[in-house]
Amino acid sequence: MNWDTVIGLEIHVQLATKTKIFSGASTAFGAEPNTQACAIDLAMPGTLPVLNKQAVNYAIMFGLAVDAEIGQVSAFERKNYFYPDLPKGYQTTQLEKPIVGRGNVEIQLADGSTKNVRIHHAHLEEDAGKSLHEGNFSSKFSGIDLNRAGTPLIEIVSEPDMSNAEEAIAFAKKIHSIVTSLGICDGEMSQGSMRFDVNVSVKPSGSDVLGTRTETKNLNSFKFMEEAIKREVERQIDVIEDGGTIAQETRLYNGETKIARSMRSKEEANDYRYFPCPDLLPVIVSDEQVAELRRNLPELPDARQSRFTEQYSLSDYDSGILSSDAAMAKYFEAVTSACNNAKLAANWTMGELAARLNNEDLSVANSPVSAEQLAGLITRIADNSISGKMAKEVFEGIWAGEGSADEIIEARGLKQVSDSGALEQMVADVLAANQAMVDAYINTDEAKRKKKLGGFMGQIMKASKGQANPQQVNQILAKKLNELL
Amino acid sequence: MHNLTIAELIKGLQSKEFTSVELTQHFLDRIGNLNPAYNAVITVTAEQALKAAAAADQRLTAGNAPDLCGVPILHKDIFCTNGVRTSCGSKMLDNFTPPYNATVVENFEQAGAVVLGKTNMDEFAMGSSNETSFYGPVKNPWATDSVPGGSSGGSAAAVAARLAPGATATDTGGSIRQPAALCGVSGIKPTYGRVSRWGMIAFASSLDQGGPMARTAEDCALLLNCMASYDDKDSTCIDREVPDYTATLNGSVKDLRIGVPKEYFSEGLHPGTEDAVRTALAKLEAQGAELIEISLPNSALSVPAYYVIAPAEASANLSRFDGSRYGYRCENPSDLQDMYCRSRAEGFGEEVQRRILIGTYCLSAGYYDAYYGKAQQVRQLIQQDFANAFDSVDLIMGPTCPSPAFKFGSKGDDPVAMYLEDIYTIATNLAGLPGMSIPCGMVDNKPVGLQIIGNYFDEARILNAAHQYQQATDWHDLAPEGVAS
Amino acid sequence: MSIERQEIEKLATLSRIAINESTIAEVSQRLGSVLDLVDQLQAVNTEGVEAMSHPMQATQRLREDEVTELNQRDALQATAPETEDGLFLVPKVIE
Repeated sequence: MNWDTVIGLEIHVQLATKTKIFSGASTAFGAEPNTQACAIDLAMPGTLPVLNKQAVNYAIMFGLAVDAEIGQVSAFERKNYFYPDLPKGYQTTQLEKPIVGRGNVEIQLADGSTKNVRIHHAHLEEDAGKSLHEGNFSSKFSGIDLNRAGTPLIEIVSEPDMSNAEEAIAFAKKIHSIVTSLGICDGEMSQGSMRFDVNVSVKPSGSDVLGTRTETKNLNSFKFMEEAIKREVERQIDVIEDGGTIAQETRLYNGETKIARSMRSKEEANDYRYFPCPDLLPVIVSDEQVAELRRNLPELPDARQSRFTEQYSLSDYDSGILSSDAAMAKYFEAVTSACNNAKLAANWTMGELAARLNNEDLSVANSPVSAEQLAGLITRIADNSISGKMAKEVFEGIWAGEGSADEIIEARGLKQVSDSGALEQMVADVLAANQAMVDAYINTDEAKRKKKLGGFMGQIMKASKGQANPQQVNQILAKKLNELL
Repeated sequence: MHNLTIAELIKGLQSKEFTSVELTQHFLDRIGNLNPAYNAVITVTAEQALKAAAAADQRLTAGNAPDLCGVPILHKDIFCTNGVRTSCGSKMLDNFTPPYNATVVENFEQAGAVVLGKTNMDEFAMGSSNETSFYGPVKNPWATDSVPGGSSGGSAAAVAARLAPGATATDTGGSIRQPAALCGVSGIKPTYGRVSRWGMIAFASSLDQGGPMARTAEDCALLLNCMASYDDKDSTCIDREVPDYTATLNGSVKDLRIGVPKEYFSEGLHPGTEDAVRTALAKLEAQGAELIEISLPNSALSVPAYYVIAPAEASANLSRFDGSRYGYRCENPSDLQDMYCRSRAEGFGEEVQRRILIGTYCLSAGYYDAYYGKAQQVRQLIQQDFANAFDSVDLIMGPTCPSPAFKFGSKGDDPVAMYLEDIYTIATNLAGLPGMSIPCGMVDNKPVGLQIIGNYFDEARILNAAHQYQQATDWHDLAPEGVAS
Repeated sequence: MSIERQEIEKLATLSRIAINESTIAEVSQRLGSVLDLVDQLQAVNTEGVEAMSHPMQATQRLREDEVTELNQRDALQATAPETEDGLFLVPKVIE
């Protein structure tokens, strides 16, 4: 039996406003508990919400970036349920009239093909606080920190257009790229700036009838999302093939333990009793406002990709990688601007730098190697001051905080010898000191001579302590040997 | 001094006939002596009052003090007062001291008024008899075996018993007008959005409005001048200039077109009440006004619609009272759900619990359209009735209540019997219109109130008509036995 | 109209109010009486009538995105039932 997978995503994006969606308290990350939770955020008696203008603008910007309808009149509803991190006992959200309507996102897949994923809508809502289950307090308690309560979110709901984990990840990454490029979200997944809920169902291939779907909530990394999807698809197929049925349920996936489980059925009978929030009035968005936001919209990933390909003569593939992450794109352009070598800048940014950052779980923003420093290194590679091999050593040095490329080259004496006079002398010296090798070379078949070059190279590099410019040495060596033939 | 109106007190203070400290001490003494009989005041703030009075006296001496500088008032215990317990008549908030002021409280503070204390009220403003307060019922100064009306029973009784010359109150379905009528005082509910709801503990957000109670229309105008303001912390507050309500009290009522709804004079109206109201209308006619019979066809639907909408909004507004961050928490909760369920069962009285359950029911899946959705449509019909009427009349008048003050416990076990007390007042809240009640007669030594309803933001015209009526009559001067001496 | 016991229990759970076994019958009866009242709405023809959420024809004011509320933790937690290290404490939440 062949199976089709149907996947839909709900993505919660924390908007990078300075203040909460309904109060003037700060949203800065990492503050002491409840120091950024004002009376409104704590749902103190008599407090009332007032809507943050920037949150509305950011939501509209997202809508424009995905070619969506912008709701000229949108409204807020109350979603009622009890939980300690939800101080009012209801979440203010949008249901009937969301601010952003239907839109489209194009994703690129590994095989080079593209696919369109439809956005059902995106709406504004407030984030909840945090429950801590461990702390100085007794094991009988949980500690509630409401700093996060009231942070503005847009919830982006896709249609169930994705059919495997790769597509889902590509979509999620594309959204990440869009919101960071727009500057409406800082994209720090580890800080919870983006969270994913994945709806997964399976059906027999070709069937028109959708299977029962489950929802896995609160994933905050692409890797975990991929694992969770694959496991869930497997699980569902197993259950059905064993003759069972899929229960419509909410699940959690723990990326550390790799265990997925069903959430306690407190959710099961939750009737949210949505109704229009009487404390907030209809939100009106004018054509002028939308036009202005559209005019000032930052460069979007797709446009940036095309521009990179053209402006920097990069391959589509390379442009794709460099343009997808806004921070990385910015870094790359800063490097290129400083050293004027797009090709090397691209290679080093996507290659060495990205690998190292990934290894140590750092974002580009926190890179120990600044764009200027990398540009400095590339300049020395391009002008042949150092060899490619040396360059890696210098890079390590910059990463470790030893200074700029020039400073490290100087300090460690790594400057490549490229002076042709000096090199000529070096080659001549080695040839003179290795007559036996020279004779062997001359007496070998022409076809086999190339292999013998390595021996000379080795000697020359040894003599120069690795600092001889290999390409130049090669040329000189070949010329001299030819003369001897 | 307690027999003087606010207008007269202002003259006395400005002309140094007495000081604010003297005045304040006088009322504090009265409260000390008389309050036990009526239970109108829950919290007395003697120390703060005398301090404020002293400061007011200084301002008065300096000259150019605002109108209400030095005038003692009471606040309904639904307005948050910084550093002073604000209970909302409930065990749930018996231990709650807000660290902020309601805007209404702030306005009076800026004006130099002196706060004597907080008045008793039906729990969470839900009631029409002030029998549901955690602090015990309020007795009607006219007949202490009878109710003062509710939910602002404390404010009404306090003014009637001359414990203060004026008090703030709130009205969601008649809670200013009905107790004003039953206690023989004047009270006005302004247009929805005229007075800020910031810091005014919410019952039904789209219906609640704060307003003044005093013995005369002129006094109400003075108090309303202070209470009304645009507040950007309340999204539903309307940004519209506040006129000087005292400046237009003296216009003649000649040619004033008064609509008399036939639906307000039907079965269920106490004959004594009808007599008094018709006499009052005749008086206005004699003063030159024109009485026009009108119809408000959907009147009968106002009580059912209200008892869907108000409980629905309240059920969400009261979810924040869960024992987590402030207010009552039950002893030794066994787990989180136990904490919620028992804190709320023990902290809320029966009527509040009932309304929460009703509200939850009306918003439930499967019932929303039939109840809440339907009620919101009926609300539109009711608003339309008024709009039609105001095409041909300037004000609408009729009885405030179906009968004079009833005895404690006489509404028995049937909650609906109590709900019908508000049959004439509720429609104004649903439409958001301003409405007032002024004394217009006595039946069996119990006061009867005349209700005056105006078009949106037409408080000035209402107060004008009321003032003109009060110039030609003396119902508002009557005092319960033993109180005026 | 009478409301089934099951319905009352469901409402009690949704609104987190513990209802005493002994009072369920009474609660049911009184709620039933209120529902009889509001059922009067069913008789009305409201076809084509818009639902009214707000009495005024006003629109939402937007607030500038500037921090106006600074740390007020001490004042706001002064009245809290149980706190520790700046956190509000509630009986342990089991996921």
